[in-house]
Amino acid sequence: MTEFTLTMTNGVNASDPENWRLKSYERREGYAALKKIISDRISPEEIIEEVKKSALRGRGGAGFPTGLKWSFMPKQYEGEKYLVCNSDEGEPGTFKDRDIMRYNPHILIEGMLIAAYAMGVKTGYNYIHGEIWDTYLRMEEAIDEARAAGYLGDRILGSDFSFQLYNHHGYGAYICGEETALLESIEGKKGQPRFKPPFPANYGLYGKPTTINNTETFASVPWIIRNGGEKYLDLGKPNNGGTKLFSVSGHVNKPGNYEIPMGTPFSVLLEMAGGMRGGKKLKGCIPGGSSMPVLPGDVMMETDMDYDSIAKAGSMLGSGAVIIMDETTCMVKALDRLSYFYFEESCGQCTPCREGTGWLYRIVNRIENGKGCMEDLDLLDNIADNIQGRTICALGDAAAMPVRAMVEHFRDEFIYHIEHKKCMV
Amino acid sequence: MLSSESIKRIDREIAKYPGDQKRSAVMSTLAIAQEEKGWLATETMDFVAEYLDMPPIAVYEVATFYNMYDLEPLGKYKLTVCTNLPCALSGGNNAADHLKQKLGIGFNQTTPDGMFTLKEGECMGSCGDAPVLLVNNRRMCSFMSNDEIDQLLQELNK
Amino acid sequence: MINIEIDGKQISVPKGGTVMDGAKELGIYIPHFCYHKKLSIAANCRMCLVQVEKAPKPLPACATPVMEGMKVFTRTEQAIAAQKGVMEFLLINHPLDCPICDQGGECQLQDLAVGYGAGESRYTEDKRVVTNKNLGPLISTDMTRCIHCTRCVRFGQEIAGIMELGQAGRGEHSEILSFVGKSVDSELSGNMIDLCPVGALVSKPFRYSARSWELSRRKSISPHCGLGSNLVVQVKNNRVMRVLPRDNDVINECWLSDKDRFSYEGLNSEDRLSQPMIKRDGGWQVCSWEDALAFAIDGLLAVKGKYGVQAIGALGSPHSTLEELYLLQKLVRAMGSSNVDHRLRQADFRLDSQLQGVPWLGTSVDDLSKLDAVLIVGSTLRKDHPLIAQRLRQAVKEGAQLNVVNPHSDDLLTNVANEAVVSPNAMVSTLAEILKALVQNKGVDAPKGTSAIIKMVTVTAVARNIATSLIDNKSVAIYLGNIAQHHPQYSEILSLVQSIARVISARFGMLGEAANSVGGYVANAVPMPVYNVTEEIKQSEWSGLNASQMLDPGESQCQGYMLLNVEPEYDVNNSRQALRTLETAAFVVSMNCFRGNAMDYSDVLLPIAPFTETSGTFINTEGRAQSFNGVVSPLGAARPAWKVLRVMGNLQKFDGFEYETSEHVREEVLSENGDFKGRLDNNLNVRDIKLPAFGEQVIQRIGEVPIYQADSIVRRAESLQQTSDSVEPRAWMSSVLLKKLGVSDGDVVKVSQGDGEIQLRAACDDKLPLDCVRVAGAHSKTAVLGAMFGEIMVAKL
Ligand SMILES: Cc1cc2nc3c(=O)[nH]c(=O)nc-3n(C[C@H](O)[C@H](O)[C@H](O)COP(=O)(O)O)c2cc1C
Ligand code: SF4
Ligand code: FES
Repeated sequence: MTEFTLTMTNGVNASDPENWRLKSYERREGYAALKKIISDRISPEEIIEEVKKSALRGRGGAGFPTGLKWSFMPKQYEGEKYLVCNSDEGEPGTFKDRDIMRYNPHILIEGMLIAAYAMGVKTGYNYIHGEIWDTYLRMEEAIDEARAAGYLGDRILGSDFSFQLYNHHGYGAYICGEETALLESIEGKKGQPRFKPPFPANYGLYGKPTTINNTETFASVPWIIRNGGEKYLDLGKPNNGGTKLFSVSGHVNKPGNYEIPMGTPFSVLLEMAGGMRGGKKLKGCIPGGSSMPVLPGDVMMETDMDYDSIAKAGSMLGSGAVIIMDETTCMVKALDRLSYFYFEESCGQCTPCREGTGWLYRIVNRIENGKGCMEDLDLLDNIADNIQGRTICALGDAAAMPVRAMVEHFRDEFIYHIEHKKCMV
Repeated sequence: MLSSESIKRIDREIAKYPGDQKRSAVMSTLAIAQEEKGWLATETMDFVAEYLDMPPIAVYEVATFYNMYDLEPLGKYKLTVCTNLPCALSGGNNAADHLKQKLGIGFNQTTPDGMFTLKEGECMGSCGDAPVLLVNNRRMCSFMSNDEIDQLLQELNK
Repeated sequence: MINIEIDGKQISVPKGGTVMDGAKELGIYIPHFCYHKKLSIAANCRMCLVQVEKAPKPLPACATPVMEGMKVFTRTEQAIAAQKGVMEFLLINHPLDCPICDQGGECQLQDLAVGYGAGESRYTEDKRVVTNKNLGPLISTDMTRCIHCTRCVRFGQEIAGIMELGQAGRGEHSEILSFVGKSVDSELSGNMIDLCPVGALVSKPFRYSARSWELSRRKSISPHCGLGSNLVVQVKNNRVMRVLPRDNDVINECWLSDKDRFSYEGLNSEDRLSQPMIKRDGGWQVCSWEDALAFAIDGLLAVKGKYGVQAIGALGSPHSTLEELYLLQKLVRAMGSSNVDHRLRQADFRLDSQLQGVPWLGTSVDDLSKLDAVLIVGSTLRKDHPLIAQRLRQAVKEGAQLNVVNPHSDDLLTNVANEAVVSPNAMVSTLAEILKALVQNKGVDAPKGTSAIIKMVTVTAVARNIATSLIDNKSVAIYLGNIAQHHPQYSEILSLVQSIARVISARFGMLGEAANSVGGYVANAVPMPVYNVTEEIKQSEWSGLNASQMLDPGESQCQGYMLLNVEPEYDVNNSRQALRTLETAAFVVSMNCFRGNAMDYSDVLLPIAPFTETSGTFINTEGRAQSFNGVVSPLGAARPAWKVLRVMGNLQKFDGFEYETSEHVREEVLSENGDFKGRLDNNLNVRDIKLPAFGEQVIQRIGEVPIYQADSIVRRAESLQQTSDSVEPRAWMSSVLLKKLGVSDGDVVKVSQGDGEIQLRAACDDKLPLDCVRVAGAHSKTAVLGAMFGEIMVAKL
């Protein structure tokens, strides 16, 4: 198997119960980046510059350039600013942030420290998905360790840089992964997304300037600072810097997280994940989490794993959750389950999503149950059209895109369901 | 209303937020209250509202928005099985079916002995470990084959 | 200013404005549901989607900020497709049964569906059904119709200041509701009915009583509080069916208090007096107007003959019109007496001789929203002036500091910067402390008449904080509420407030209690000259008895009374004395819209018309004269009071009673008084202010007027009488006092004032001053007690 440079998982050993601890992290160059910043008095601007050079793009789903996002934070702003980590990983198929936090929590803390330093922020929150309670406890412990060692808190490592970090747990709402819903949730409200503009950089947590990044985005930062942005960029491809964790689930032999350089062929990733379970044929793959359009197996096999390549193939890299479906998968049933998910998780705030997701689900469900008709296929497409691009947040798009792609790529199967009132597989 | 132990934990959560933003702790307060009481009764939510200086309806909004809060009494153990697509591809539905059959109940039902309530869950961010199920919102059980499920039930039934 | 183009038309919009603002300015209608000019932007309905040049997707006009050079299209294919798509979504789960919906005919969804809906539904699944909620006696729900615009929720949070409704659950399952089983108790709750664009929240009293197209809409002015809210009164078959707000941005904006909105039920009450009646040989009989008026005049003349002209007195409710009050005083004065007053709940009249003009708000109502700091002295603000409280709430949101000196600590539902909660007796010294702190802070001399009192007090921390807040801000005003105006030391309180205002160059004034609290003065319905006394009426004739003197059995020399809209057991400061005085008086003429208990103390009942059945004028608390016409004809034989008073003048052959219309009367009042606005003046000729001496440590009564007891109409509004604000009065006191008396919260206690005694349930309010018991006045239950303030006794049973 090909040897890669690993930027996040090098030396991480899930089976060693002590491996996550501070001591172990320090042995793997942990906190070296932070120490370097403080001892070399690297300026915030230089750090942002380095992150820009790395072409690191947000790992939460939208792929927004991280350095650019950091540069939006108002510099002269007096008063509180906030840094928020989005660990509300709930996009079906995505489970990388959980592993970062339970097996390598200090890399996240160090990444956030660097970000806080670069943006002049004194307080941060890490919003953790509600269902992974033991991971929340692990993060609480890790923060205690870091605080005790002087990495977190007041006057970090004797410098005049201070940063407080707290964990906040969710309690079962996918929508809180959306960054403004997440802010509302930290504020003690329902997780209903805010209309943008204003963007969080101007009006974020408690109305103060705020930067939100995904767990993995932060975890990528220490390596960049230790080795330089250009080196990081070189690991991947232009505009698609570095390495990324892919969560592979579904019909493979070894589901799990795999860190690979951007631009690695999908086939390599599939091989790393143990190949197709039972040697079956790849029928379809959702390459970026359940919100992204599905791609037929043959298209997928030809695609490289980076933002631009996957976009070219007709889908999106999203959160890097790769859902593998073999030939035994009923695509109608798969869509039935997914559209139920979006229907259940719609926050209920805006009309197209609140009303439309239920409608989509009910139509897919009736097709699945042999009660559909041919007009339903166009109706699905049309309803999806009426949702997409017209909602407050991107959950509307997330609900619409899978429907359209499934019907487009597997139309025959839907027609079969309608005509024969049963499944073809 | 709540034990001093719970109140201590709640106060620790409140301390995480700016002084004038007590209500930020509402999620953890409700979670702690539910852990102690088993579910969130109206009086419990009233207490939380008072403790955090929030309108009761605002507490209610939160309690009804997030899935893991229970506004009705349920069995001693709430078992939430993820059946979302990635899990379903790796046996999530099997696990659910096995539980239904073993416990003799469907989703959102409680066994007559009051021991178990079964719930269908959404993605828990643990798809790689499918099938997964969550016991009382806290304990995540991975790779739940039928055997594992049987063992778990045996353990909890003790 | 930012220049944009909408549908090809140019418009400049202030920075931070939205596309919707620009469209409104241009008169271009963009369909919307969740957007409301007075509420925060939610952008959740998505009905207002428009096309914006260079934007990849349609944007909501209500939430999209304008940017220089922006080009917006509201009627292009993309925009229309988006709007139609949203309309379809809104309708899939909305019942299509407009004919049986109470909102039918005035529903924004219905209106827009005609333009944007498809003829036929593509949705074939079952529609969502949502259970209805019981929100109390005022709002009826049909939650299946809700389109989740959250206007009602935002109204509570932002305008009413209390979040009583919320959106529970999520997604398609979300529902608008109150916390488990709670009613909506805000005194502004009815506005949610107006805000709801569909038939989900409708008026419970109005429900199913008429269809909107059967109603004629007539303009009117609210007769209740001093604000003078502008109304639309809706009428069917000569009956008032519903009252809605009429937008007036400088008064009530687009809101109404529940009192203004639902009081109309009182107009249709069973208790309406519809026939003249006289008491003959101890029995009551219905009679003609002629007989009644002759009887009334004869009776009064007999009193005059027997006891002298000074035995005639007239009391008019400040909820009467300007014309009515004017003719009342004119009639009494023509008869030779100056015993006339409209200040029925005032206790302290010592300052009458110090007044420089007509007491009023001292600022405009609109100014309330622009203040930097405010001091409220003695007020149950939210209950007495719901919309003024709302304005101050918005001012606080904009950064104003709200300071309060009060004998209670009722929640104002906004941030209060400083609050001095002191017993009624201590209010004077607290104001003196604030003055002292200001004088010290500014290093100026004590204002005239205050040096003695300043020496006597020590400045407490809260007084100092209030002083600091007043000094630190530019636009400052001090307002005296009803408690201050009903207070036995009103003259000390007002004198000190004036001195405070002088030191910091602030404005000050009274929060007018009733629709015509200012108008009563302008009409000269007061016993002393306030201003502009005409030549014919000599000064000497102008010193009559005030309301308190007329009604005090010890002081009163009156034997013949004319009561205009007055119910003595509710409307005066000391109901016990008033009832006793009237019951023993020789002759009482009661002009009223209602029967009430008038037969117990009257000799003639003259049925007069309420504001909806007559024309007239109210001069609101800021001195704005607003005239209105009747919206229905008078009930039965009832007649407008101005006509009744005119005829009483005619029958006595007095000159100057030849009016043909109420406008003639108004012209005379307002021209006689020249520019009355120039005479609005709160300044007093300040004399030495002394710290009042109080007896031994006594328990003091705090006797406010409950919100729905304030006037005769609202007292008969059934639905309002069922709200949580209308529960029976209790004896509220601190737990310390409860303990001292040996009673517990909820026990029945004996409450007495003088020889009046009742039993009330004790209730605990630890925010009250320790030596006080709060017992509401203006209530049948407490009418036998005495003055609203002063010594009171409470004992264990
Ligand atoms: C419905 C929805 C769910 C999302 N869920 C997540 C999530 O679970 N984790 C995450 O990091 N970002 C999620 N996002 C994206 C975030 O809004 C945001 O873009 C991201 O946290 C930014 O971080 P990044 O720039 O580091 O990617 C979600 C977005 C939407 C619209
Ligand atoms: S798109 Fe859905 S989840 Fe997002 S704000 Fe609208 S209703 Fe809420
Ligand atoms: S009016 Fe703009 S989204 Fe509702």
